[in-house]
Amino acid sequence: MANLEQEMRTELVFHPMDQFIVKPLFGDGPVHWYTPTNVTLWMAVAIAAIFFMLVIGTRGRAVVPSRAQSIAELAYGFIHKMVEDVAGKDALKFFPYIFTLFLFIVFSNFLGLLPRSFTTTSHVAVTATLAMLVFVTVTVVGFVKNGAGFLSLFWVSSAPLALRPVLAIIEIISYFVRPVSHSIRLAGNMMAGHAVMKVFAAFAPLILLSGVGIAVTPLSIIAIAAMYGLEVLVAFIQAYVFTILTCVYLRDALHPAH
Amino acid sequence: MASETQNTAHAVADAAHGAAQAAHKGGMPQLDFTSYPNQIFWLLVALVVIYWLLSRIALPRIEAVLADRQGTIAGDIAAAEDFKRKAEEAEAAYEKALADARAQAQKIAGETRAEIQKDLDAAIAKADAEIAARSAESEKRIAEIRDGALAAVDQVAKDTAGEIVAALGGKADASAVGAAVDARLKG
Amino acid sequence: MEGNIVQMGAYIGAGLACMGMGGSAIGVGNVAGNFLSGALRNPSAAAGQTATLFIGIAFAEALGIFSFLVALLLMFAV
Repeated sequence: MANLEQEMRTELVFHPMDQFIVKPLFGDGPVHWYTPTNVTLWMAVAIAAIFFMLVIGTRGRAVVPSRAQSIAELAYGFIHKMVEDVAGKDALKFFPYIFTLFLFIVFSNFLGLLPRSFTTTSHVAVTATLAMLVFVTVTVVGFVKNGAGFLSLFWVSSAPLALRPVLAIIEIISYFVRPVSHSIRLAGNMMAGHAVMKVFAAFAPLILLSGVGIAVTPLSIIAIAAMYGLEVLVAFIQAYVFTILTCVYLRDALHPAH
Repeated sequence: MASETQNTAHAVADAAHGAAQAAHKGGMPQLDFTSYPNQIFWLLVALVVIYWLLSRIALPRIEAVLADRQGTIAGDIAAAEDFKRKAEEAEAAYEKALADARAQAQKIAGETRAEIQKDLDAAIAKADAEIAARSAESEKRIAEIRDGALAAVDQVAKDTAGEIVAALGGKADASAVGAAVDARLKG
Repeated sequence: MEGNIVQMGAYIGAGLACMGMGGSAIGVGNVAGNFLSGALRNPSAAAGQTATLFIGIAFAEALGIFSFLVALLLMFAV
């Protein structure tokens, strides 16, 4: 009996991070910068999804929209209103850029929720690039628009004079920490949720190994379902938060006065 | 039971072992810097493609559709406004016609009433005059009759008194009887 | 097993780092709860402040994510 169990027993495998490994699509060679990898594949799927929603969906140009067209219009209106409300009317010329970021992130997040898929936004490399693009754009726009007046962002004129240098140092530090928190937030959220789901999933086959599994396996499956629901919410909220923070930073660049 | 717990302990130990192995193998894929150029390159490609799709095709199209819808809605609202104005005009015209008709009717009714009133007045006046004439005549005749009756009563009284005096065996002087009767009638 | 003191320390540290997530959970709860109590007092103003709510939640949550990241680094990178 013990022998049989010993034979049937495979070990529980915990590889929560394996889903994030960047692999070449073809063969098993090294990953050069141009190698088509699973990153390429899932970014292409995201582009295809965006293409279907925003180009094929709006093909009818109907005054009374079809379902796909109204989704596209809804997304457009949502981000357009966000940019206008948060960053101001003069930020609307950055709208295509912000909409690009939002669509890329939201589609990558949701596509990453498909089983066996790869979440491109769970990689710090990707989100840090996105955040650095925003950071560089915002800084350049700030200096081009306001010249040296952009530095008044760090000089809190509403504070008492003695406090201002201290506040200026804090403001400068927080300004340079922005891209870090901006990128780590997105990557960390996606990574954490997917890793937690994988950990729960690793507990699920325990019923094949031992009697404790009768209790643990259903619990872990319920937990996976609950986490999945939460992750659906997080996938959207993180895209929303990334976009709205971009708008907030852009407002600071366009109107630096506190 | 003991073997079960042992097995679980085994499994957990194996899991820890596996994790340790994974840690040994390469750690977090996110910190594998050799894959960074690849990811960043493909990310930039993806962003450029999405940006191109949006700015060249999708956004102008959606903007056009939204503007079109705005135009259609504005046009529809204007048309509706127009129709409403027309309806209001028609209603005003109807009201005016109604008021005119009512005034006309009022006027005709007034005229008719005045005419009738005039006829009526004339008839009443004529009837009044007739009645007055008749009643005057009647009064005159009544007065005559009353006078006649009074005279007759006088005469009858005198005659009766003369007859009574004669019947009683007296010799009645007509003038004395007359004076006496007059005195008594007066008293 | 022997000679794995470093790994043991790393795992203990990872567990300790996860306590930071509790702090960010309190922070997020604070933000959401205060928003809700404010929204119930003045529901008409609530709709305009959802963006602020999400920004606040994002800032509070980022610190929890940082502690999670420290845990992951200890688990897999040290």
